[in-house]
Amino acid sequence: MKEISSAIQIIPLDSYIMLSVALFSIGLMGVLFRRNIIAVLMCLELMFNSANLLLTAFSSYHSDPAGQVFVFFIMIVAAAEVAVGLSIVVMMKRNVESVDINLLNRLKW
Amino acid sequence: MNSEVMFYLLAGMILVFSVLTVTSRKILRAAVYLLFVLISTAAIYFMLEYTFLAAVQLTVYAGGIVVLIIFSVLLTSHISEKAIMADRKQSLLSALAVGAGALLTLLTILKFTFVPSALPAQTSTVTDVGNALISYERDGFALPFEVISILLLAALIGAIIVARKEKDNAIIK
Repeated sequence: MKEISSAIQIIPLDSYIMLSVALFSIGLMGVLFRRNIIAVLMCLELMFNSANLLLTAFSSYHSDPAGQVFVFFIMIVAAAEVAVGLSIVVMMKRNVESVDINLLNRLKW
Repeated sequence: MNSEVMFYLLAGMILVFSVLTVTSRKILRAAVYLLFVLISTAAIYFMLEYTFLAAVQLTVYAGGIVVLIIFSVLLTSHISEKAIMADRKQSLLSALAVGAGALLTLLTILKFTFVPSALPAQTSTVTDVGNALISYERDGFALPFEVISILLLAALIGAIIVARKEKDNAIIK
């Protein structure tokens, strides 16, 4: 069996964890303070990406390639989410002539 | 050594471009910065020798989602339009909340010691992943694969229905 030559042996797992937490925090910041709804969707993509990165790192760490399949499924769900989200954005632009998220205030509790 | 340098370079690129994505006032530029983040992540997958995942990341994210986002940016806003940000108090509060959450998570996770697997590294080629996706035995993912394809189909049809113009119905009548 081929020796593991991949990055997970050289680079400690903590680096992956810290990178992923930082990426998630940046994405969450964006979701909280951007007001353009498309920008919010892009920040959601960043958060998805950090979760995928962490899942991949742990999958490699445990040398269990099944993690790949999970990340693949997450990517498909993200694609579905973006398609529906962007169609809602187009719809919103047509109806209220804006993509400002504060116009949807009445949806808030 | 070499791959260490490479990893930290990629990590730095991911962080810088994600900050630019969040803070850029021009929405089209933010989409391009997002593209760079996604490509750097694909490079990290390549370093971990997950070639299938890296290829899917490049085709689905960089090829599909970013193009979709750029299309909807062009449909909904003018290119030169400056984005409005939240007011100072709100962004300060959210920065505080996010910082506290990140700190708590890091403190909790880094205290935990993870045990690496004693198993030898398994190489997983594209063939292995493909076989796992259609196998219905143990370690097979045939049922989730079918369910997720139905989900994707339903979501795409739903997206078409939502974004369609209502007036077409009236014309047909």
